[in-house]
Amino acid sequence: MEQIQYKKVEVNVMAMDITGRKLFVKALLEEGVDTVFAYPGGMVTDILDELYKHEEIELVLPRHEQGLIHEAEGYAKASGKVGVCIVTSGPGATNIITGLADAHYDNIPLVCITGQVPRNLIGNDAFQEVDIVGMTRSITKYGVTVQDRKELGKILKMAFHIAKTGKPGPVLIDLPKDIQTGLGPALYPESVSIRGYKPNESVHVGQLKKGYKLLKSAKKPLFLIGGGVNIARANAKMLQLVEQTKVPVVTTVMGKGAIPTNHPYYIGNSGMHGKYAANIAVGQCDVLFSIGTRFNDRITGDLNEFAPNAQIVHVDIDTAAISRNVVVDVPIVADANLALEKLLEWAEPQETEGWLEQIREWDKESPLEMRRDKGMTPQMIMEHINSQFSEGIIVTDVGQHQMWAAQYIELDGNKQFITSGGLGTMGFGFPAAIGAKIACPEKPVVCISGDGGMQMNLQEFATAMAQGANVIVCVLNNYYLGMVRQMQQLFYGKRYKATCLRRRKGCPNDCKGPGASCPPYEPDFVKLAESYGACGMRVEKEEEIGPAFEKAKAMDTPVLIEFMVATEEIVLPMVKGGNPMTEMILK
Amino acid sequence: MKNRWIALYVENQVGVLAKVSGLFSGKAYNLQSLTVGTTEDETVSRMTICVTSDDITFEQIKKQLNRMVEVIKVIDLTDMPIHMKEILFAKVKGCSVADKAELFQIAQVFHVEVSDIGTDSVLLECKMTERRNNELVDLLRSKFRNIEIVRGGAVAIESISTSCGGRAEYFRK
Repeated sequence: MEQIQYKKVEVNVMAMDITGRKLFVKALLEEGVDTVFAYPGGMVTDILDELYKHEEIELVLPRHEQGLIHEAEGYAKASGKVGVCIVTSGPGATNIITGLADAHYDNIPLVCITGQVPRNLIGNDAFQEVDIVGMTRSITKYGVTVQDRKELGKILKMAFHIAKTGKPGPVLIDLPKDIQTGLGPALYPESVSIRGYKPNESVHVGQLKKGYKLLKSAKKPLFLIGGGVNIARANAKMLQLVEQTKVPVVTTVMGKGAIPTNHPYYIGNSGMHGKYAANIAVGQCDVLFSIGTRFNDRITGDLNEFAPNAQIVHVDIDTAAISRNVVVDVPIVADANLALEKLLEWAEPQETEGWLEQIREWDKESPLEMRRDKGMTPQMIMEHINSQFSEGIIVTDVGQHQMWAAQYIELDGNKQFITSGGLGTMGFGFPAAIGAKIACPEKPVVCISGDGGMQMNLQEFATAMAQGANVIVCVLNNYYLGMVRQMQQLFYGKRYKATCLRRRKGCPNDCKGPGASCPPYEPDFVKLAESYGACGMRVEKEEEIGPAFEKAKAMDTPVLIEFMVATEEIVLPMVKGGNPMTEMILK
Repeated sequence: MKNRWIALYVENQVGVLAKVSGLFSGKAYNLQSLTVGTTEDETVSRMTICVTSDDITFEQIKKQLNRMVEVIKVIDLTDMPIHMKEILFAKVKGCSVADKAELFQIAQVFHVEVSDIGTDSVLLECKMTERRNNELVDLLRSKFRNIEIVRGGAVAIESISTSCGGRAEYFRK
């Protein structure tokens, strides 16, 4: 087969020409890629065969492509590098779609290579052919099918450049089989210039000064910090700015950790499940200086009631994020790093003591706290994680446990928080934790998951075992898909449709909660972990929490700890979707 | 809500039209017309886009277009002096002799060409603004039963002469 193809192109072959697959691996090496996440299939066998010759590139084989792309996301978040995914055409490609959307929302740099049928078969409904570029156009930063072997080097360079610069995001390169085997130039360009893509690399000093003046004039100033500061890794500068100006800080879920959570000027998260004091502060402040947030509906609630007393300054790298949801008074297009650098040149202390005192009063009025009379609370587990791990990476899945983690997990410069914020992808946590561990094998990685989300990518246990990715997985098992059940509990008269994970055929339709006659829970997470050769533990009492973590830390395998938490516990405070953020359900 | 015009320079590549039109459908923007063709530089296409939107949405549309890797330049034509034309064919069938005479009169007043004719049908070829074309279509619809319309969407280019600067409407007639 190869010989025939070679003969076909022989006339055009230059002495230095190489195959596409060789150039692809060359590109990986030049980009400093040392780890790829790959699942085989007919249309990527050539690439894999080429990688066979390069043991210096670690190849992680997951057990499902969705696990694969979340692993790459966790890897990229933890390492700061581009996550590289290789999947085959058809189902391999469609299985990464959720992860692409997730990475697009949370701005994670990925380069995803999808194999494609040879060019002469495209459009024929060939075996495992799908138009993956067409399907993912709205959830990738850039996507293209390589149509010409000569273009391959440039396109790969573009892919890495686009993925990691500006507002990072996923790039999809669809690579037909015959491009992989076809001969062409060996050159991998050192740089690439794209006329339609010029990421913002400067900051408008005039606008920024205007924003700073406004902040300085404020009597009740407040920083609202989003994920942009964490993505830019500008945490140290952010902290310095806060200390220099003495302005208090609230964060979004994605912005958590922008400054240490135990800092006296840090109030907490704002938003749907934010801290009471944080949401009231946003409602009362007179200048809201926001950096790196897109004012998502989970942060603003009813837009007409959002920060009604405040003039708003908005720093964001994405022009399209500015004045989209909230009309702002001073828009500033800039990378958080650059803006903070400039702000630090001017920053002077402000008189905020009275304002801070007021915020602390609100916090005392309604602190974050769970009732301790209902059995093992999620808060206890989070507090144990705080005390057990002074450094490391905390990864969450999506749901109630995620909000509890966002509320109670403490972060300082030594800890990183990884979560699926924008898309809210159940099944993200476990594989993302594995990816983070692969990126940072020396750091402890704790995955906090629910019993629902955990079952969405269970199969990745095998990947964790194969990679020696010894993550500690905390499954908060409340027998329910808790976040939705919470809504049913509060707003739908406890009609628990499709949220009880113990439910079997024959259970009464009007079941209002667990009882003695409930069927047993499946699966048995402990046995499941053990079946993979990992360690499984079940914790049912408060006093067992500490020892379980001690044991987990000493293990040389992945560990799953199943915490049997109070079943009807809800995340509070809570703001009903579309309501003003100051209207919180507190009890 | 009003009609707004954008000229868009994009890479002349497979999938770019789908990406741009997908933005309008995906974000529920109200697209009125979109035309596209290559420019003097064959690697670049130029689109003329008409949308109906409020001010805030229109700002967002321009920003969203701008952030696409394949978009080279976004020009807002809304308040610029421009020349704008749309090609439209109108075939009127089942005409009596009197109908034909009336169609010739209409053609004369609208300054459109009668480009083909048969025993009982007439073909009008119109290069006018969309608004003028709409008026013609309305008139034909009110007068004749059997008509066939095909139209191409507007193309627009910035004016050269400045004597009519600010009088954008003049060029749009």
